[in-house]
Amino acid sequence: MIISNNSTHEAILAYGGRIPFQRSLTAYKDLSAFDLARLALEGLITRSGIQTELVDLVLMGTVIQDVNTSNIAREASLAAGIPKNVPAFTTTMACISSNAAVTSAIEKIRTGQNRVVIAGGVETMSDIPIRFRKKFRQKLLETRKYKSPTDFLKFFKGLRPSDLMPDIPSISEYSTGETMGASCDKMAAKYGITREEQDRYALQSHQKAAEATEKGLLSGELFPAAVPPRFELVTVDNTFRADTTLEKLAALKPAFEKKYGTVTAGNSSALTDGASAALIMDRQTAEEHGIKPKAVFRSYTYVAQQPADELLIGPAMAVPVVLDQMRLTLGDIDVFEFHEAFAGQILTVLKALESDEFARERLNRSSRVGEIPMDKFNSWGGSLSLGHPFGATGTRLVTTAANRLEKEDGQFALVAACAAGGLGHAIVMERV
Amino acid sequence: MSILKVEKEGNVAVVTLNDPDEKVNKLNEKLIDQVTDFLDELRSDNSLRGAIIISGKENNFIAGADLDMLKARATAEELEEMSCVGQEVLLEIENFPKPIVACIHGSCMGGGTELALACHYRIISDSNETKIALSEVKLGLIPGMGGTQRLPRLIGIQKSLPYLLTGKNMYSRQAAKTGFADEVVNRNKLKQAGIRAVQKYANRKVERKDRRGFFERILENNGLGRLIIFSQAHKKTAAQTRGNYPAPPQIIESVRYGFKEGLKSGLRNESKIFGQMGVTPESKALVQLFFEMNKTKKNPGKEKAKQIKNIGVLGAGLMGSGIAQVSIENGYHVWLKDQKLERATGGKKTIYENLQKDVDKKIITPFERDEKLSLIHPTETYESFKTMDLVIEAVFEDLDLKRKIVAEVEAATNDQCIFASNTSSLPIKDIAANANRPENIIGMHYFSPVQKMPLLEIIKTDRTPDWVTATAYEAGLKQGKTIIVVNDGPGFYTTRIIAPFMNEALLLLEEGADIAQIDRAMKDFGFPVGPFANLDEVGIDVGAHVAGVLSDIFKARGGKTSQKATELVNAGYKGRKNQKGFYRYNGKKKEVNTDIYQFFGGQDRDRMDDEDIQFRIAMMMINEAVYCLQEGILMSPTDGDIGAIFGLGFPPFLGGPFRYIDREGADEILDFMQELENDYGRRFAPADLLQEYARQNKTFHSE
Repeated sequence: MIISNNSTHEAILAYGGRIPFQRSLTAYKDLSAFDLARLALEGLITRSGIQTELVDLVLMGTVIQDVNTSNIAREASLAAGIPKNVPAFTTTMACISSNAAVTSAIEKIRTGQNRVVIAGGVETMSDIPIRFRKKFRQKLLETRKYKSPTDFLKFFKGLRPSDLMPDIPSISEYSTGETMGASCDKMAAKYGITREEQDRYALQSHQKAAEATEKGLLSGELFPAAVPPRFELVTVDNTFRADTTLEKLAALKPAFEKKYGTVTAGNSSALTDGASAALIMDRQTAEEHGIKPKAVFRSYTYVAQQPADELLIGPAMAVPVVLDQMRLTLGDIDVFEFHEAFAGQILTVLKALESDEFARERLNRSSRVGEIPMDKFNSWGGSLSLGHPFGATGTRLVTTAANRLEKEDGQFALVAACAAGGLGHAIVMERV
Repeated sequence: MSILKVEKEGNVAVVTLNDPDEKVNKLNEKLIDQVTDFLDELRSDNSLRGAIIISGKENNFIAGADLDMLKARATAEELEEMSCVGQEVLLEIENFPKPIVACIHGSCMGGGTELALACHYRIISDSNETKIALSEVKLGLIPGMGGTQRLPRLIGIQKSLPYLLTGKNMYSRQAAKTGFADEVVNRNKLKQAGIRAVQKYANRKVERKDRRGFFERILENNGLGRLIIFSQAHKKTAAQTRGNYPAPPQIIESVRYGFKEGLKSGLRNESKIFGQMGVTPESKALVQLFFEMNKTKKNPGKEKAKQIKNIGVLGAGLMGSGIAQVSIENGYHVWLKDQKLERATGGKKTIYENLQKDVDKKIITPFERDEKLSLIHPTETYESFKTMDLVIEAVFEDLDLKRKIVAEVEAATNDQCIFASNTSSLPIKDIAANANRPENIIGMHYFSPVQKMPLLEIIKTDRTPDWVTATAYEAGLKQGKTIIVVNDGPGFYTTRIIAPFMNEALLLLEEGADIAQIDRAMKDFGFPVGPFANLDEVGIDVGAHVAGVLSDIFKARGGKTSQKATELVNAGYKGRKNQKGFYRYNGKKKEVNTDIYQFFGGQDRDRMDDEDIQFRIAMMMINEAVYCLQEGILMSPTDGDIGAIFGLGFPPFLGGPFRYIDREGADEILDFMQELENDYGRRFAPADLLQEYARQNKTFHSE
C-alpha cells in the first residue's frame, strides 16, 4: 500500500531517547514493564522540558503484555505526570510494535487530529507472565462456580501433578510453532550465509556499540534511569560485549538447530529489558514552541509475507517500496538504521537487496535494489549489541537515525525492521 | 437565606446543608435556628420517620463553628450562654424520638463533629477528603457543644483524648475502627445508606459493639482506673504544653467531670469552661492568628500572576529536595538540578523515601507515590530549562556563587522566567547586581525542613514588578505555604530578627550560662526548640555566616556581637551535620556537648534566673521586629507576627512580637527595654517606633 504524504501537516521528531537497555535479569530485574515505560516517559520529559499540557496522545508499543497493565501506555502515562485527560493506547506488532506507535503518531499529526504525540515502547524479559497450564487454569476458573465445600473435591478429579507445572512462553511463531532462531537458521542457509559471516557481523556490531558508547555518541539518546528503591543510576547499555572476539564467538554452540545450525547466542540479539519514548510533533507547532525538528518523517510502509520460510526477510521487501515512493535510491541515503534480530537475518536482508534474482522473483523489479555501503550502516551498534527489548526497539531506531543525520551531516535516513509473523517495516526520515 | 434545604424522600427527610454565602458550611446562629425549626417540623410531621443530614458542599460537611460568633462576644458569660444554646439544640437531637443520621463527606471540624456526635447514627465516606476533628484546642478553646462528653462516651476515654487534646484528624479508616462511624461507604452512596439507616432504626435503638480493647475497658469502667487515666493525661499534657496553654488541662477536666457527674452536668460544665477559655489571651491570640493566617491564603495579586507549569530547583540537598517535594504536591513538574546527576538523583531518592513512609502508613498507594515521584526530573544540565517558568536556587549561601548561578540561569531560560533565591540572608539586590533581568529576581525564603515548616518569606526589591511577586505568591500557595511578603535588606525579616536572638543566647553563654538551662528556659517561654538545639540543626556555620552579614547593622547601633559562632566554625563545630555542636549526637539520648564550654570560659557554669534568660533573648527578637517595621522591611505588623510564629517558632499563644507588645502595652515593653539597656548595654536600645507607640499609647493592631 502506498502512503502518500501530501498533507499540510508534517510530522517531525522533536526529541527521542530510551533508558539504557539492560540484559534481562540485571539492573531492571525488580521492575515491571509499567515501571520501565514510566521511566522512559519521565526521561523524555526531563530531557525535552516539554510542558506536559501540550501533549495530545501517548502511544506505546509492547509485545508481551502484563495482564495487570495491558494498556501499558495509559498506566505509564498516568504515572508519568502527563495530564489525566490525555488519552493513551498500546500498539502491538511484534518486534515493530513501537514502529507502529511512531507511525500511528505520524498519522495523527498528518491528519491534523493531534499536534503533539508521545510514541514509545517497552519490554521486560525479566518479568514475563508465566501461566499455569490450560487444565489447571480451567479448574481454577471453575472454582468460581463452586457452591458447597464438597464441590472442591471435583477440583482434584482428573488433575495430574504435571498439570501444576508452569507454562513459560517461548519466542515462537504461533502459526508454525517454529522458534524465531530456528527460522532464521533456515533462512540464512537458503541464502548461503555462513556461520563465519554471521559471527564477523556480530563482532562488528559489538565493536561499533562499544566505540559509540565510549565516544559518548549515544549519550544524547540515553535517559539515565534511577532504579528505586536504591536509585542507583543506570547510564549506559550493558548489552554489548566490548571484549568479544571472533574466536569466542566461533566457540559458541548453535542455539536452535543443534546439528547444522549457524545461529548462536553470540550472533543473536539478547533478551533485553528496556523502554523508549519519542516526542513527535506537528512541524509548525514545534517551531511555534521554539523546538528545532531533528528530522521530518517521510514515506513509510509495512509489508507482510507468509511466515513459514522467510520469517524475517521483511526489510528487503519494505525498503524498495519507500525508496520508490520517495524517488530515491540507496545511494541517496546517508544513514541506515536496520533492526538486527540475528546476524543471519540482517545479512540475508542485505544479500536479498543486492540480488537481481530476488528483485525479479520477489519484488517484481527488473534489477536489484542495490548495495548498502556498510560504513553508513548501523554505525553506533544495533540490536545485536545494544539489545532488543521487543516493544522498544523501533523508537530507538528512528531516534538514532535522526541523531546520526545530525552528527554525520546527512539528509536522508532509512530505517527498517523485521518482525514475527512475517512482518516488515521501513521508513524514510529527512533532516531539515 | 436558607442554609438548610429539606426534601422528602418517601418517609425520610433529607436535610442538605449548603450555605449559599460561604465556600464552606459553618456552624452559626442562623444554622442553629434553622435546625431548631426543622426539628419542630420533623416532630409534628407524622409522615416522616426520621431525617438524614448531608452536605451540599463539594468536600466539606461543616468546617466548624463560625469564629465571628466568638469575636462578637466579649465576656466569658456571653460565650457560655452561646455554648448553652448550642448544647440545647444538640440535646434535642440526641433525645429526638425519630432517628437522625449524619452523612459525612469532606472536612468535618469542631462544631460539625459535635453535631455528628449528637446524631443517632453516623455514616462517613471512604474518601481521603473526609477528615473528622475536634479542632477547638488549636484555638485555645475546648469543644463547647458536647465534644468532651460525647466523644469519650462513644469511642472510649483513652481513644478520645488524643483527638480532643491535639485536634488531630480522624480519617475514615480510624473512624471505622474507633466506632465513630457506624458505616463507611462511597461518597455517592451516603444518601442511600442514610435513608436505609433511618428506616432500619425508626422503631429500634442503634446497638453498637464496644470497640474498646480489653485493657481499655478495665481501666475506663471504674472510677479508680479513670483517675489513673486522667492523672497520666495531665502529666503528659503538662510536659508538652509547659503550662503555656490553658485549654488542654481543662479539656481533661471537662471529660473527668462529665464521667463523675453525668452527661447533663458534664455539658453544663463544658459550657462554663468554654466561656472561660474563650476570654483567655492565649485563645484570643490563637483565634486572631487563625484569621490572619487564612487571609494569607489569598494571593493579593492573583490576577497579575502568570501561570506556572515547570519549575527548576537548583541544589538537591535537604533544602532543594524539600522545595522540590512541596512543589510536586500540586502537580508542578520539577527539574531538580545539581552539579552531578548522582546528587540530583539522591534528592529524588530522599523524596521517594518520604513518600514511601506515606505508602507504609497507607495514606497513599504505591501508584500515587510513582505518580508524584515522576514529577521530579533530576538533571545535571540546564538543557531543558528553556521551558521553566520559575527557577528556585537553593545552593550554598555565597554571593559570588549565587551571582554565577544567576548568569547561568539567565542564559538557559526564557525572558519570562522568574529567578527566586532561597537565600536566608543575602540581600536580593546584591544577588541581582549583575543580572540582565534583575526585575525577574526575587527572594523565596523557605525554612528547613521545608515539608514541615509552614512559612514562605517572599522578598521583593524596589525593582520587582507586581506580576513577579504575584506569581511567586501563587507558587508558594500551591506549595501549601503560609506566605508573607517583605522588602529587601540584609536578612530581610526572619533572619534579621533571629540573628540578635541567637547573638544574645551566645552572649549569655559567654557570661557563664548553661546550655541546657537556656534551651529549657526558651522552651518554657514557648519556643518549640531552644536556641542552641536550633543552631545545631541550622548549622553553626550558617549561623556564623548570618551573623557576619548582619553585623554591620548591629554594630552601627552600638550593639555588642558575639564572635563565638565564627570561632566555633574555625574549630570544626558545625552542628548536627558534622555531629559536632552544642549537643552530642552519637549517643541515644541528646546530651549537652560539654567540650564546647572550653570556648565559653570552662566547665563551671552559673545558674541564672530563667526569666532573665527568657526576656533578654526574646526581647532582642521583639525589638528587632519593630526595627523591621520602622525601616519598611515589614509591610505590616501582621506579617511580622506570622513570620515570627510560622518561620521561627515564636510562641503562637503570645500572638507574635507585635501582638505581644500590644498585649503588654508598648509603654511597659519600652520600660522593660530601657531597663535591659541600662543593665546590659546599647544593643537593648528600644527602636524609635516602639518609643513613638509608647509615647502615643498606640497599639500595632487595631483589633
